[in-house]
Amino acid sequence: MLNDISLLIGNTFMYSAPLIFGALGGVISERSGVVNLGIEGMMTVGAFVGAAVGFFSGNAWVGFLVAGLAGGLFALLHAVAAVTFKADQTISGIALNLIGPGLALFLCRLCFSGATMSQPVPHKLPKILGGAQSNIVAQNFNFDITVILAFLVMMAMWFILYRTKWGLRIRSVGEHPAAADTLGINVNRTRYTCVLVSGILAGFGGAAMTLAVIQQFTPTAISGQGFIALAAVIFGKWTPQGAYAACLLFGFAQALSVFPSLAHSAIPSEVLAMLPYILTIVVLILFVGRSVAPKEDGIPYEKGVR
Amino acid sequence: MEKTAKILKKPITSTIIAIVCGFAVAAIVLAVAGYNPGSAFGALFSGIFSRPKYISNVIIKATPITLTALSVAFAYKVGLFNIGAEGQYIVGAVAANIVGYLCNFPPVIEIPLVILAGMVAGALWGGIVGLLKAKFGIHEVLTSIMLNWIAFYFSNLVVNSAAFHQPNSTAAYPVNASSYTMLLPNWKTSDAGMAAMSGTKWLREVMLKTDVNFGFLIAIAAAVFIWMLLYRSRKGYELRAVGLNHDAAEFAGIPVNKNIVITMLIAGALAGLAAALAITGTNPHRISTLSAFENNGFNGLSVAFIAGSSPIGCIFAGLLFGGLLYGGQSIQANIGAPSEIINIMIGTIVFFVALTAVVPKLAVRLEKRGMRNAK
Repeated sequence: MLNDISLLIGNTFMYSAPLIFGALGGVISERSGVVNLGIEGMMTVGAFVGAAVGFFSGNAWVGFLVAGLAGGLFALLHAVAAVTFKADQTISGIALNLIGPGLALFLCRLCFSGATMSQPVPHKLPKILGGAQSNIVAQNFNFDITVILAFLVMMAMWFILYRTKWGLRIRSVGEHPAAADTLGINVNRTRYTCVLVSGILAGFGGAAMTLAVIQQFTPTAISGQGFIALAAVIFGKWTPQGAYAACLLFGFAQALSVFPSLAHSAIPSEVLAMLPYILTIVVLILFVGRSVAPKEDGIPYEKGVR
Repeated sequence: MEKTAKILKKPITSTIIAIVCGFAVAAIVLAVAGYNPGSAFGALFSGIFSRPKYISNVIIKATPITLTALSVAFAYKVGLFNIGAEGQYIVGAVAANIVGYLCNFPPVIEIPLVILAGMVAGALWGGIVGLLKAKFGIHEVLTSIMLNWIAFYFSNLVVNSAAFHQPNSTAAYPVNASSYTMLLPNWKTSDAGMAAMSGTKWLREVMLKTDVNFGFLIAIAAAVFIWMLLYRSRKGYELRAVGLNHDAAEFAGIPVNKNIVITMLIAGALAGLAAALAITGTNPHRISTLSAFENNGFNGLSVAFIAGSSPIGCIFAGLLFGGLLYGGQSIQANIGAPSEIINIMIGTIVFFVALTAVVPKLAVRLEKRGMRNAK
């Protein structure tokens, strides 16, 4: 019994960690008023760069950091389109979702002699209790370090958004950029910074997949997690803590669908796999209801236009 | 000056600039990676145009994405982002496959029945999204993403079920031949057909080596229908009003929620139509186990945006996209460059479509300057 529960909890956190990074990236970007549909693309770039750098350098931490950097650089494209060119952010986000996986697979074939999979990294990111544990419960609670990092990032983002002047500025830029502008807040710079951070976090999320959950980059390493993260942003009503909880729910439902005593039951595996998504819709109808985006989310700011 | 401004203001100009930029970026990426962009593009274009059967395959490839693009573009005009076209396509394919396999009527009844099944399933899937938005205010992107995955696993559930799974395969039983929508499917392989076509080589190649079918004609008809609905009907006026400003539409007495549900029903039906035509019109005429999304709906998003959400534009953007997807395969086959270059190129085109929306605005500025100078 205790083993089962601990397994469920362990898997929940394992599955949700990459999602949490992606979702927090979405929160920070959308809070500043830039819709970010490109999380999937940014996560894929991070997943590839993390695995590739982790493999060639032999150090997973270097891979993780460079993945964040790559995600951030990639997100700059979105910032240029959304902020400088005042482009339709939906379209530019979708574009990143095409370019990101395309670029990742293109580079993967160049780096790994034509294969769409990278070589496995020599060492994964560490676990919190170190190596293998003899006790099953301890083994299940031996989280990846990324689980802890994801929690810390959520706390930090909550603190910054709601307890510091920078957070107030970010939120005001997302709600009413013109008012923020008259108070001397640089709207464009704030949005650039937030999109950049969003990309860095999404990059981390991708790397959390390929350096902690699995050990290499594959074409399906990131397949829809970015969109689930996007859903979690809306589900969590654009708050870090809400998005975090939504990601845990997805992670839990996914853990449930691979839970041994359920997986060996008469229920078809496809029905179990559907579970997280059905559960989400039910929760939405029963408890969450209308979600309201930051007021100026997705609308380019034009100085002097009312 | 005025003439330049006029040309720049046309939406098609921005699109062409975006396409040129897409090719330019792809050329740079290829060159940096050590491939000759010239021979890569040569391979691409000969992979599209050099043989009649290639052109036919491009059109076949363009059919479903033109229709899913139409679905996305239509919803976008009403202010809804239909990221769920993927799921609507999948359930449409499942329904068309099931009905086409279980029923076996003469083609006059069978074909409309199978296509209707696909459309109804797609409409249902889209309708759920519309209903949840109208009734509970749940964001359409959120429900769409969930329903995409539910459709994905539902399709696999059907494929693997005892009733529909064809033994020793990873697929369901195909639909009956009476639901085929290829051009003269029986005649073309008969002796009479062979004899009639023996004189014209290109016709033989197209008819026998590709699944040339009616799908693209139906896609064109659907595009014209959606254009008429949006711009030549009272309903279309209502729908566009909802898309432009919810509150103003509500205030003017237009039932916003009802129109949201109607829009999602139609959008879903279009995606389901895309799937049904793919099942009836192309080999293997059945659904297979999905290991990842096949992107028929997601590609529709890109096509719709390249088309600037114009229903008629979707036809041309669909052909462009189909051409790049199909011709792109020859890049890897002929010069060894990873075929993912096509995804980078398409992505770049979409990216520049977003950027070049600025061009008409610049044109207006240019025009104003011209007028000031004239004074």
